Amino acid sequence: MRYLPHTEIERADMLARIGVDHVDELFADVPGHLLLKEPLDLPRRKSEQNVARALAKMAARNVPAGSVPFFVGAGAYKHHVPATVDHLVQRSEFLTSYTPYQPEISQGTLHYLFEFQTQVALLTGMDVANASMYDGSTGTAEAVLMAHRITKRRKAVLSGGLHPHYASVVRTQSELASDDVVTLSPDVEAREDLLAAIDGDTSCVVVQTPDVFGNLRDLTAVAEKCHAHGALLIAVFTEAVSLGLVKSPGAMGADIVVGEGQSIGNALNFGGPYVGLFATRQKYVRQMPGRLCGQTSDAEGRRGFVLTLSTREQHIRRDKATSNICTNSGLCALAFTIHMSLLGEAGLKRLARINHANAVKLADMLKSVKGVELLNGTFFNEFTLRLSGNAHEIVEKLAAQNILAGVPASRLLPGKGLDDLLIVANSEVNSDEDRAAFIAALKEVL
Amino acid sequence: MAQTRYTKDHEYIRVEGDVAVVGITDYAQKQLGDVVFVELPQAGANVAKGAQAAVVESVKAASEVYAPVSGEVVEVNSELESSPALVNEDAAGKGWFLKMRISNAGELSELMDETAYEAFVQSCG
Amino acid sequence: MLNRQGRPTEAGDASLSWHDTFTGNRGLQLEEALIFETGRIDVTGVDLDEPEAFAPRLGALMREEEIGLPGLSEPEAMRHYVRLSQKNYAIDSGLYPLGSCTMKHNPRLNEAMARLPGFADIHPLQPPSTVQGALALIEELSGWLMALTNMDAVAMSPKAGAHGEYCGMAAIKAAIAAKGEAATRRFVLVPESAHGTNPATAAAIGFEVKSVPAGADGKVHPDAVRALMGPDVAAIMLTNPNTCGLFETEIVEIAQILHEGGGYFYCDGANFNAIVGKVRPGDLGIDAMHINLHKTFSTPHGGGGPGSGPVVLSSRLSPFAPVPFVRRNGETLQMVEDAAGTQALGRLTAFHGQMGMFVRALSYILSHGGDGLKQASEDAVLNANYVRACLADLMSLPFGNRPCMHEVLFDDTWLKDTGITTLDFAKAMIDEGYHPMTMYFPLVVHGAMLIEPTESESRASLDLFIMTLRDLAFSALRGEKERFSGAPYLAPRRRLDETKAARSPVLRWTPLQPVAE
Repeated sequence: MRYLPHTEIERADMLARIGVDHVDELFADVPGHLLLKEPLDLPRRKSEQNVARALAKMAARNVPAGSVPFFVGAGAYKHHVPATVDHLVQRSEFLTSYTPYQPEISQGTLHYLFEFQTQVALLTGMDVANASMYDGSTGTAEAVLMAHRITKRRKAVLSGGLHPHYASVVRTQSELASDDVVTLSPDVEAREDLLAAIDGDTSCVVVQTPDVFGNLRDLTAVAEKCHAHGALLIAVFTEAVSLGLVKSPGAMGADIVVGEGQSIGNALNFGGPYVGLFATRQKYVRQMPGRLCGQTSDAEGRRGFVLTLSTREQHIRRDKATSNICTNSGLCALAFTIHMSLLGEAGLKRLARINHANAVKLADMLKSVKGVELLNGTFFNEFTLRLSGNAHEIVEKLAAQNILAGVPASRLLPGKGLDDLLIVANSEVNSDEDRAAFIAALKEVL
Repeated sequence: MAQTRYTKDHEYIRVEGDVAVVGITDYAQKQLGDVVFVELPQAGANVAKGAQAAVVESVKAASEVYAPVSGEVVEVNSELESSPALVNEDAAGKGWFLKMRISNAGELSELMDETAYEAFVQSCG
Repeated sequence: MLNRQGRPTEAGDASLSWHDTFTGNRGLQLEEALIFETGRIDVTGVDLDEPEAFAPRLGALMREEEIGLPGLSEPEAMRHYVRLSQKNYAIDSGLYPLGSCTMKHNPRLNEAMARLPGFADIHPLQPPSTVQGALALIEELSGWLMALTNMDAVAMSPKAGAHGEYCGMAAIKAAIAAKGEAATRRFVLVPESAHGTNPATAAAIGFEVKSVPAGADGKVHPDAVRALMGPDVAAIMLTNPNTCGLFETEIVEIAQILHEGGGYFYCDGANFNAIVGKVRPGDLGIDAMHINLHKTFSTPHGGGGPGSGPVVLSSRLSPFAPVPFVRRNGETLQMVEDAAGTQALGRLTAFHGQMGMFVRALSYILSHGGDGLKQASEDAVLNANYVRACLADLMSLPFGNRPCMHEVLFDDTWLKDTGITTLDFAKAMIDEGYHPMTMYFPLVVHGAMLIEPTESESRASLDLFIMTLRDLAFSALRGEKERFSGAPYLAPRRRLDETKAARSPVLRWTPLQPVAE
């Protein structure tokens, strides 16, 4: 077996040094009748070539985004990632190191985490950010728990524009912890009255912008009312690129900002691994979940970085920890940081403008299609259409023509009477040809 | 002279007229190592004897500080927020945690006096 | 400074310290600034064409202010991150004996497979008809995990080990609620030696933790469990093999006690690497166990993540697995995404779990096959016992010199009276070119040193590691304190001031003249 260095002679020598005749003597603590005497009835080892063949065959049965006109978003976005990013992420010393518990020999990881935290804080308009969460959805659930700790209240109000899967993760968690959740109705056109839902029992209000239907939301009034009632505003985003062009949640008064960082530096990966971004105000830092990297100096006075404030965490606080989270999303955070360093402010803003321009272009083209109505007053690179037919069926028909047209709202919100709604994303990867093909195919099936 | 009493969890309580000053002992701060943060209750809070009144954190540990007796917290040492090192430098003085108005003075007699506490520390090794 | 070991020291005497070089560099050890100190707001390493003029649809929400994000050209970025990488220890460069972490070789075939566009470039919300290969991969990996554990079902969506614990314990809570016992079964039994995630998870789900004492032999005994078992106990969370590196001999009886009392058995599968193909957790009476794909199945740790923590479930818990999951319907694979009308838990994460890690894990599993997986576990156990046998005369074993599983636990009794601590000893390993072992865990042993060499190490590599530890141990026993107390001397950084970091946290870069709020 190519990954196992020992020869049979070496194994025998080592057993002799240990003082046993057979390796099973080392398993003496296992109840004898439960120790498997024969190998399980499973396929035998395979060469590298044969494994590659088997997996390539499975991969070939999927339709990659890059191979077709592609307009799917709703929480994960296809962007071009420079080749440099993946090359650097695959550096042995990044890829195959552990959590930086030994800072003297982990400065590489700690240094980029410090850069990552700073980038996220700047991007969200907040004071501090952590070293990342699993993804945007679990980060949102953690933000709700954090708000409960700070306000000592247990009721979260979820906007009807919050990604339904995120809302579902919050509800699962809250049910288990016996916390209250109020979920407002699906809010396709950003008309809900969030202010009316805030009262003296409210711990936090969770609002996404751009929301799952693509609408931009001004959070200022919600923030004001939250603060007047001693509640916190949690702002969520799923498309990090939007922050290059849209007012930051911090500037609109958010107390915790949490979002999905996949769209910068990371591939679609069928849903994971992704990277949750998590930022807050300085005064709440000790209530934050997750790893934090901080600056300090070494015994010779040189600048260095360490994991810090770890008394919040499970390995010290155990059942009183702020969260049970142990890992961050290190490599995905690294990819985010490298891509963001390459973009810089100038590149990020231009990338965001291209995304918005492309979406505007597509929206304008859709005006010419009979049976299509654009529901958004505002949007960044994604919007919702009302179609004159069943969106799910239309998506399937277009998929059969190798066009991936978007996400039917009914897939995210089954049984809510939203069968005619289609959520369509459009980033810098979409060409004029892609858009033309989409419009032509849509005209045909409607 | 003020009367000082000690608990088995290494808190001290020093009665000064109407109020009593609560902190952790010098032995406790040495065991903890560098104190990096102290979480204090709100003034006005009522605490019962033996209930958690504060949390003291070193780099690698978080320890609960329990109320030596029952009473109302009348003041907390807000200087510890910016200077937690005071606990290490002067545990019995500037490193105090909180002042409380004792609701049942009888509870004090259940605590150790200085001689008994010194013997107790000896037995801790 | 370099001659503290009493060795030939010409090189040490002649060497410069960082104080003496103009750059602060020491040969190939290069100092590196933060991007905020070297990057520029108007520089970008990505060429993009400005779009033609258009009418924005942002309402009044345009971001007007400067963000403050520096940019780097491509060569600058390349050099910056390559230099940073060189400051890290890694499995690819050396033995990484972190107990309980399973730092084994990460095959590059896995990386190549995970980057096939058919896996990396597919969206979680594409029509299922366009991702049949991805669903087939999840189904096949699930099949292997169930076969290796002899369990009924597997929930694939948990994003990491701790998230898997959360999933398994949530399933247990749901099962208890379904029996109408949610109000009464409030306690979870957790041994003192457990990972911190176990009590943290139990608390997050609203359980209260009762601590189970370990026996003098490092194991949990049925009597201790029986004494705590009652109608108010929901479950036990037990790590097996445990964090002392020992197989819980009486695990079957412990499972029986839980089951007869109406409770459930959660197993922390962090140490599954010791027993793959040797024992099946389902045969031990386990109801739920997470599997860290980043430990046992070689997906990279990546400096702290991403992980992946599928949870295998017994038939008693399988109805409560969270959505989404894959279901076969003849030739077609479907994705069940809606929990409505079933007993399934709701979502624990937005999408289907760590697909990128599933591809890597299956690549590893297919490479090994059933026979190779069994051999890997045997070699992992062999290597740990070899380390034990070769160090037992010098370093103290808290539970006696007896066979361990895939990791061996020493304590600091042997360092008594040397003035050298476990931490000092571990830091001195860094100067010798090794990553330290896991220290001060498990908590039940004083000054714990937990060594897990994994099956990836050759005999020659183990021999050099053992000789190095022996040399360090003799040095410690001879009282050569300086070699330890100031270590590491030769790493990119000396010991870092963690007190300063925690007392006044600096968690981000700020410009020299901060802008007032």
